[in-house]
Amino acid sequence: MEFFVFGCAALMILIGAVGVITRSHPVHAALSLVLTLFGVAVLFVAQEAHFLAAVQVIVYAGAIVVLFLFVIMLLGVDRVENLRTEPLTAQRPLAIIVSLGLIGILVAAFTTGSGALHERGEGINIPDLTTGTDANTTQLAESIFSDYVVAFEVTSVLLVVAVVGTVLLSRRIKSVAAETSK
Amino acid sequence: MIALDELLVDGLLWTPLLIVLLKVLVVFVVGLLATMLMVWFERKAIAGMQNRIGPNKTGPFGILQTLADGIKLFFKEDLIPNRSDRFVFVLAPFLSFVPAFLAFAIIPLGGDFRNGNAGEVTWFGHVTKVQLADPPIGILFALAISSIAVYGIMLAGWSSGSKYPLIGSVRASAQMVSYEAALGLSLASVLLLAGTLSTSGIVAAQTTITQWNVISTGFIPFIIFLIAATAELNRPPFDLVEAEQELVGGFNTEYSSIRFALFYLAEFMNTVTMSALIVTLFFGGPQPIAFGDFVFDIPLLPNALEGTFWLLAKVLVFLYIYIWFRATLPRLRYDQLMDLGWKVLIPGSLGWFMLLASQRLARQNDWNIFIVTGSSVVVMVACYLLLQAAFSRSTREREIQGSMF
Repeated sequence: MEFFVFGCAALMILIGAVGVITRSHPVHAALSLVLTLFGVAVLFVAQEAHFLAAVQVIVYAGAIVVLFLFVIMLLGVDRVENLRTEPLTAQRPLAIIVSLGLIGILVAAFTTGSGALHERGEGINIPDLTTGTDANTTQLAESIFSDYVVAFEVTSVLLVVAVVGTVLLSRRIKSVAAETSK
Repeated sequence: MIALDELLVDGLLWTPLLIVLLKVLVVFVVGLLATMLMVWFERKAIAGMQNRIGPNKTGPFGILQTLADGIKLFFKEDLIPNRSDRFVFVLAPFLSFVPAFLAFAIIPLGGDFRNGNAGEVTWFGHVTKVQLADPPIGILFALAISSIAVYGIMLAGWSSGSKYPLIGSVRASAQMVSYEAALGLSLASVLLLAGTLSTSGIVAAQTTITQWNVISTGFIPFIIFLIAATAELNRPPFDLVEAEQELVGGFNTEYSSIRFALFYLAEFMNTVTMSALIVTLFFGGPQPIAFGDFVFDIPLLPNALEGTFWLLAKVLVFLYIYIWFRATLPRLRYDQLMDLGWKVLIPGSLGWFMLLASQRLARQNDWNIFIVTGSSVVVMVACYLLLQAAFSRSTREREIQGSMF
């Protein structure tokens, strides 16, 4: 049963991931991304990480990709792009180098850590239906709001800084003098 | 093993499996029937409010009108516009129909709450809850589903390849994403008091009327949730998505036949689900009305069915309130809608949540409740003044510079 769920979710993730790269239409690519995110959420549920799955769907599928689509629709960039013209000439060779490097790192990581895949460790205390239904959420809340509260707060400050920066950049304030002379 | 129903925890046996399958079937059929009756109820009630008769030809009181309309829609020509994106155009109605049904799965639909029972009933020798799925994340599932429902409307408008649906769907997605924040924040107050995310846990915590979350969270979260839910459903007065006067028919202008019917069905299904969710969160779900030790008992009805009766009665009240909204309130302007969401509902629900959290902390640590309340009120007033100062500054600047767009 678990294998079946894993197979379906993995297939969803792979189809979505391939779709994101191969579809030339931005809206179709964004939809493929949603499929991938859903597959990851299913895997989270299969690992009893219910809270993470819900957050994955609410934040990534429900907010971030919606924002992507919103921008695509609002800016009217939903035309098929011509891939022959190259805005940055160095882009393709650089992309090849970076992807080869990434593959190398992943292969190295898997070969060195292959022993860990076969044995099951202690793992975190995985809650299930018999030991309190909210253990998942409780554990997350405890580690975020007690152990790592400083990092959490700093992250929220970072987000606020980003928002303020965006507003400042996008809102060019015309000088009042120019306005009155008009 | 993934088991959202406790019956399925210890291996697969025939009886529990059949019970779960029965639950799935019942929830599906009840959902469809409720939607059908809701369409009829809305047309009939709104006709009454407008001094008309409403549907009265098919069946007694026109109750089969929706069925007749559905059959008619089935046999209509299914048009796909030439300039549409075919795949997405076909996919969109399902993206809005399926989430509408999924959300219904987590609502406790009944059960026995008398004599200290926690809503469990015995079917064929197995103790179970009258609820299709009780996932540990409970209410977050509903939020996730409602955030998925945006896709149906958004993609429908975009894939039609025409202007009015596109404007409608851009409006809809902006509106739904904005009000989802207010929806989630007002929900946080309920979760703070209940101490659990699961819907059955939230219901179990509300045994008497004074423990109903509408009273114990101080009414404000309920008001915010009701407004945000109406906006989330794109129902009047927040139906800018399908403002007929401006957008022809809104996001579903290009849809016809059964695809249109799916959107229509999803809209009413969502209304029923949202009403049930409000009842679950704030009005004790299937709990009977009880003051202290006195429990209101319905004669002649077995205890196990009483929960369903109470849920039905409470949900009907909210369905009527939604119809009432539609018949009474004029549609908001777009800037009013955004101002209400971002400048009133979100800060309001955040402030109220802070107040409740400080009260709870004070009670846990035996602090002086008056000092805590006083200081939190001072903080809230300071925040309010700061917010007002920011708003007035931004309006002044906009007047000088002209609007950004």
